[in-house]
Amino acid sequence: MTVGKGHIELAGIYKRFGEVTAVDGVNLHIPDGAYCCFLGPSGCGKTTILRMIAGHEDPTGGEILIGGEDVVGLPPVARRTAMMFQSYALFPHLSVRENVAFPLRVRGQGQAERFRAADEMLEKVRLSELAHRLPGHLSGGQQQRVALARAAITQPRVLLLDEPLSALDEQLRIQMRTELRRMQRELGITFVHVTHTQMEAIALADLVVVMEKGKIKQAGDAREIYSRPHDRYVAEFLGGQNVLSGKATGAQGGNVTVGLQGAAGLCVTLEPGRRVALGEPVDLAVRRDDIILRRPEAGAVPEGWSALNTRIKAIEYQGLFVKVMLDAVGEGEFVAYVAERDFFSDPMQMGDIVVASWVAERSLLLA
Amino acid sequence: MRARPISPEQRARLRRAAAGAPRRPWTFWVLAILFGAYVLALYGPMLCIYVLSLQDIRGGLVFPMKGLSLHWFVDLFTQVRTGDVKGGFQRSISLALLVTVLTVVGSFLAGLAFRQRFKGDGVVFYLMIGSLVAPGLVLGIGIGLLFQYLGLPPSWYTSALGAHLSWTLPFGVLVMFAVMSRFDRSWEEAARDLGATRWQSIWLVVVPILAPGLLAVALFGFTLSYDEFARTLQTSGSLNTLPLEIWSMTLNVTSPSLYALGTVTTIASFLIIGMCLGGIALIQRRRARHNPSV
Repeated sequence: MTVGKGHIELAGIYKRFGEVTAVDGVNLHIPDGAYCCFLGPSGCGKTTILRMIAGHEDPTGGEILIGGEDVVGLPPVARRTAMMFQSYALFPHLSVRENVAFPLRVRGQGQAERFRAADEMLEKVRLSELAHRLPGHLSGGQQQRVALARAAITQPRVLLLDEPLSALDEQLRIQMRTELRRMQRELGITFVHVTHTQMEAIALADLVVVMEKGKIKQAGDAREIYSRPHDRYVAEFLGGQNVLSGKATGAQGGNVTVGLQGAAGLCVTLEPGRRVALGEPVDLAVRRDDIILRRPEAGAVPEGWSALNTRIKAIEYQGLFVKVMLDAVGEGEFVAYVAERDFFSDPMQMGDIVVASWVAERSLLLA
Repeated sequence: MRARPISPEQRARLRRAAAGAPRRPWTFWVLAILFGAYVLALYGPMLCIYVLSLQDIRGGLVFPMKGLSLHWFVDLFTQVRTGDVKGGFQRSISLALLVTVLTVVGSFLAGLAFRQRFKGDGVVFYLMIGSLVAPGLVLGIGIGLLFQYLGLPPSWYTSALGAHLSWTLPFGVLVMFAVMSRFDRSWEEAARDLGATRWQSIWLVVVPILAPGLLAVALFGFTLSYDEFARTLQTSGSLNTLPLEIWSMTLNVTSPSLYALGTVTTIASFLIIGMCLGGIALIQRRRARHNPSV
């Protein structure tokens, strides 16, 4: 197999800190030049994986291959990776230009030469006019761009970013998100980015890796992760889905009927190769924006639709859409995102009895 | 009511009131008087000495002042009968500088070491505190006896140096702990990540970032050693350091040149402290406020 220089392969890596297992047997391919996001709550092991790829932590077991060679035990320089720290770790006593030139300085490059390279890099991140400032005199976004320039100046084959946007405010975060993606395209190298923000991951990544308790729950492209979550954890962590729990009560062709407490059977398509026993507890996911709310007097739902009688608990206006919170069936939230225009053509009130309905084949059976 | 022009005082008062600073409570005045008395008690006696050192040739050891001149300062450095002030001064400065260098290096290394647990770290720490709280005079006598027992001649650059370090080193390490607590580990990691060797990360990142703290340690080391008396008394050998010299002068010199000496050493101390604080201020002005992560 030919691998690009920035191809990363994690083969059965695990990491223990004393009694605690931080990373528990992770296997993953990250293609060369991809933007990969590790997504998970704090303490799920995503930062540990990043630090092991960077060479700041050694795995307890397993292999890490970059560009086809095992890098376990090598220092970061030999791996040709660069890491951007969560706090940016800019050296407070050096100017912006000296910070960016630092990697060249420790590689023994002359001052004129390395400052020229630093200035070029600063131009790329649009900070040329701040070259003489000290990091403490910069805003959060500017500091981040300096950290990015400093990490990228040695032309690493992999850039590792530890929660790079978490120190910024909301608006800047979205702006810097775009900037990161632009830099990644411009540099053409593999980016591995760790975050706990769902929207950040799916907006940026070619490959989203959802983690829980040291294990990968699901890895795939953003759209797949968001619209076809594999299990309840991924569906709930990414949001955008309602997860309904019930029991398989019947089967018909490729479809299963799922019985919910106090509701008629909901029909859901079985994926090929998936088998479900009658009476088995199953989870069903329906996208929040797939739900259509009808009034009970509007008559029965059309053929091929599933429906659930419920009541409106609360209504939140969100601008683009209206978030309608419905009485939950079992545990978890049950929410419908109704397009603004549709909602206000016939506004419903809190406490109204409604029929939540959706095209049956758009619902998913979760693992 | 007619509008009247407002005087500057009134305006200042209004501004204070607007800024939420009401009239000072009576406790302020009580504490201010206490503080004033404290400052007077602290500096009053010293001021007397500085003033009395400026008398002319008729001057005595007590008030009232007789004349005004620098006579006793000249006397201090020209008369042999006042004792070996110049030699004592040189020895004290050399010893203090030696102690400073060793304290800074030792405290810096200890600061780096104590960032993580190591075997016996508790023992090292409590031994250090032990030498800090041990009575200086007793410790000095002990060192003196030990040197005698070993047949080594005590001198300011061997036994006295050790005695001073037993005092300045623990002090420096404690200061260093405080300094290190604000040091972000990721600076070092970033340096390594960017390709710096261990030495490069220490010289180009750790030392410059810690420089103000190291200067503070140096300042402590210098001033503690420079005026150390108790630990030096039994350890300095046949040649006196300045504090010992002053002490022996109080026993046999009865002229204001004793006061002149006090004035000169105070000025020397203030110069050194001023230089250190100035250095720290300069570094910090040049430097941005700390990272948001700290």
